[in-house]
Amino acid sequence: MRSTVASLGVVVGPVGAVLLLGLGTLALKAAGPVLGAGRTLPPLVDRVARLLPSALLAALTVSGTLAAGTTLRIDARLVGVLAAAAALRWRAPFAVVVLIGAAATAATRALGLAP
Amino acid sequence: MAAPMPAASSSPSSARRDGRDGLGGQAVAISLAVAAFGVSYGVLAVGAGLTPAQAVLSSVAVFAGASQFALVGVLGVGGSALTGVLGGLLLNLRLLAFGAALAPHLPRARLARRLLDGYLLIDESAAVALAGPPRDAARRLRVVGVAVWVGWIAATALGAYGGDLIGEPTRWGLDAAFPAAFLALLAPWLRERPGRVSAAAGAAIALATWTWTPPGVPLLLAALGVVPVLLAERRTRPAPRSEA
Repeated sequence: MRSTVASLGVVVGPVGAVLLLGLGTLALKAAGPVLGAGRTLPPLVDRVARLLPSALLAALTVSGTLAAGTTLRIDARLVGVLAAAAALRWRAPFAVVVLIGAAATAATRALGLAP
Repeated sequence: MAAPMPAASSSPSSARRDGRDGLGGQAVAISLAVAAFGVSYGVLAVGAGLTPAQAVLSSVAVFAGASQFALVGVLGVGGSALTGVLGGLLLNLRLLAFGAALAPHLPRARLARRLLDGYLLIDESAAVALAGPPRDAARRLRVVGVAVWVGWIAATALGAYGGDLIGEPTRWGLDAAFPAAFLALLAPWLRERPGRVSAAAGAAIALATWTWTPPGVPLLLAALGVVPVLLAERRTRPAPRSEA
């Protein structure tokens, strides 16, 4: 399974991956409007679809904060993400949260406190 | 792409300029917020090995920010392209739910029009469309969708072609902009217990599997973070079918 996925991935390539993701995403986005009109998802599917982003976004957050290739590492990114979390608690808008995360990380590096 | 509803309400003056309900100003504010995200996407996509043209193409072809970040994140660490696609599609499952929620309020138009409505459906346009009176939902979806599309594509191009001017992304902390953006996207789920539980489980699974599975796979496994919530809800509500 693992090697099948890997070898298919080589065949697909980055542009193929972009187009596949584009087609699949359009199918997900347009399913409601195209098939539409008053239909609702089965309860379990609906529940999973609503919860899934939280699990995936949390995984992306921690891996983006700590991953270095295939290892984990604590560095200046952690300072930035904690600062972003504080900004979120203050209900800062999205762009401000992102800017604070980047700025706190850049400042930590500029001061030589962490790599 | 974010769901920055606070940003959407941050321009009271433009609400007055727009004759009816401030939709124009709201759309511009959201578009600008998304653009900040789009510039870093353009930079990171090129950093992950796409050409600038491919980066812009990806924003046109996919037009769903978080999944685009997920794909280039996997490509950037040398992971299988297909794993990145699967991860991105899992992220976009929520758009299926948004589309289902909006569908009753959309007109029974030609297929091309319905496909276009689907294409323009992203977190921001769906949130604004669902937030107001249903009879006007289609207009809000399209106005915000087009505004975000313009901002997202232009910002991707700016980051992809102008990334060299910015120099080493880590110097500006752009590598941390990535997880900060995901955290901001995650925030609405953290306000309620089920979202917090599945987020914590997803994060724990990703970290626990990061060092010993192929790149990109931890993201797929993290989807299992929803399982504890589903099991708990099944226990507390033994007959969910009776609701339907």
